[in-house]
Amino acid sequence: MSQVRRLPRKNAAASKPTTGSVALLTGTRKGAFILRGDRSRRTWKLSQPMFLGHIVHHLVLDPRDRRTLLAAARTGHLGPTVFRSTDFGKTWQEAKAPPAFPKVPEGQKGLVVDHVFWLTPGHPKEHNVWYAGTSPQGLFRSEDGGHTWESVKGFNEHPLRRQWTGGEQDGTPDGPKMHSILIDPRDSNHLYIGMSSGGVFESTDKGASWAPLNKGCRADFLPNPEPEYGHDPHCVRLHPLNPDRLYQQNHCGIYRMDRAEGRWVRIGENMPKQIGDIGFSLVLHPRNPEAVWVFPMDGTEVWPRVSPGGKPAVYVTKNAGKSWIRRDKGFPKAQAWWTVKRQAMTADAHEPVGLYLGTTSGELWASRNGGSRWTCFVRHLPEIYSVEAAEL
Amino acid sequence: MTVHIPSPLRSYTGQQAEVNVNGSTLEEVLATLDQRYPGLRFRIITEQNTIREHIRIFVNEQQAQDLMTALRPDDQIHILCALSGG
Repeated sequence: MSQVRRLPRKNAAASKPTTGSVALLTGTRKGAFILRGDRSRRTWKLSQPMFLGHIVHHLVLDPRDRRTLLAAARTGHLGPTVFRSTDFGKTWQEAKAPPAFPKVPEGQKGLVVDHVFWLTPGHPKEHNVWYAGTSPQGLFRSEDGGHTWESVKGFNEHPLRRQWTGGEQDGTPDGPKMHSILIDPRDSNHLYIGMSSGGVFESTDKGASWAPLNKGCRADFLPNPEPEYGHDPHCVRLHPLNPDRLYQQNHCGIYRMDRAEGRWVRIGENMPKQIGDIGFSLVLHPRNPEAVWVFPMDGTEVWPRVSPGGKPAVYVTKNAGKSWIRRDKGFPKAQAWWTVKRQAMTADAHEPVGLYLGTTSGELWASRNGGSRWTCFVRHLPEIYSVEAAEL
Repeated sequence: MTVHIPSPLRSYTGQQAEVNVNGSTLEEVLATLDQRYPGLRFRIITEQNTIREHIRIFVNEQQAQDLMTALRPDDQIHILCALSGG
C-alpha cells in the first residue's frame, strides 16, 4: 500500500474550491429534510419533512449526477429499507430489494438487518454502484443505483465475521453498526470499512477478502487493550487528495494513519486534557490533508455523551494533529447539553470552507469561515442523525 | 380472506385498510400481498422468514407464531404494529 499511485484527474479537479450553492441533506429520528442555501451560504430554506415518522439514518447525494438521492429509512415498527429519488427529493421510489442478509437453512439463526446506517456512492468510474452499511454489521452493494442490493459475501459470510464484530451487545446502544465505507479514488477495488464494534478493515479486491487495520489504535474497554480487531471507530475518513492519509475519531481517541507508516498515531493526545479526545464526528478539509475538525464530547465515567461542561466547541488542527485550536464563537457559553452524532458534521468545498453540524437537540449550526464563528440557523428539528453537504 | 392493513403499511396498498387475498398458509398470503404491493412483505417479515420484532399477525383472534400457519378461506387476518416506539 505504500507505493505512490496517481490520483485520477477528477480528484485533481477537486483541489479547486466550489462556488455554487450548497444543500444540506439532513436525516433525523423523525424524517428527512433538505436545506437549500443561496450562493453566499447566508440564507437557507428548509423543506417540508420527507418520510415523516421514519428514522432516517443517512441521506446522500450521488456526486456523479448531482441529482440522485438515496435515503436509509425505517420506522419504529416496520423493517429497514432504502428510498431513491432521481429528482433531488421531489419524488421517491422504494428499493425493489433492500439490503438483507442471506437466508440461512431452517433451524439455524441467521442475521437480520435492523437498519441501514450508512450509504456511500461508488467509485466515480462505477456508475450506479453504491455501498450500504447496516446494523448489525453488514456490507451491501448495489449496481443499479440502489434499486436492488446484494450481500457482499466476502464480509457478511466470512468465517471470522462473528469474531471480528463480537455479539449484538458489542456495539452502540441502538445496535452495532457498519459505517465509514471508504473507496480509494485511485482504485475502485480498494475499500475501507469502520465497525462499532469491530474496528477498521481493508479490502483490496472489492470486498472479496478483508484484513484488520487497527495497529496502534487502542481498545481500552477490552482485556487486551491492543487487539488485532474489536475496536470502536466512530468515524473514519480518507483524504480525497491524499488517499494514503486516514483519520479516525475512535471511542479511544483521535487517530491519524499514513499508510507508509502502517500504524495509527493518537493525535488526540495533543487536545487539552480537560476536554479530552472523545467524540463521534470528524471532518476533513476538502483540499488540505493537514486540516481536521472534531466535536469533542464528554467521555468520562458513565459517558454522558454531551458537550464537555455543557460548553459546545469545535476543535481544529491545521498540522495533522500536532496542535488543536478551540473554535466556539457563536456557540452557547454554558448549559448546552447536546452533542453531534458521527454522520452529523460535514464541510462544503467553498473557500473559506463552510462547516455544518446537526445536534441531538435538533439544531443546525453553520460556519462560513472554517469554524471561526458559528450561527444556529435552524431550530426545533427532531434529533439529528446525519448532515451531508451537497454541492449543487 | 380479508387482510386488515395497519396505517403504516397503507402507503403500499393505496390507502386501503382491508384487502382480499387467497392462500392456504400465511406464507402464501404474504407472497400474494407482496406481488400485489411490492416491498410490503419485507417491512413486516425478516430475511430469515420471521415476523419482525414489533409486528404482530393475528388469524382471527389467535396470534400467529410463524408463516406456516394454516388458513381457511373465511379467516380474518390482522397485521398489527405492536405497542412500542417513542
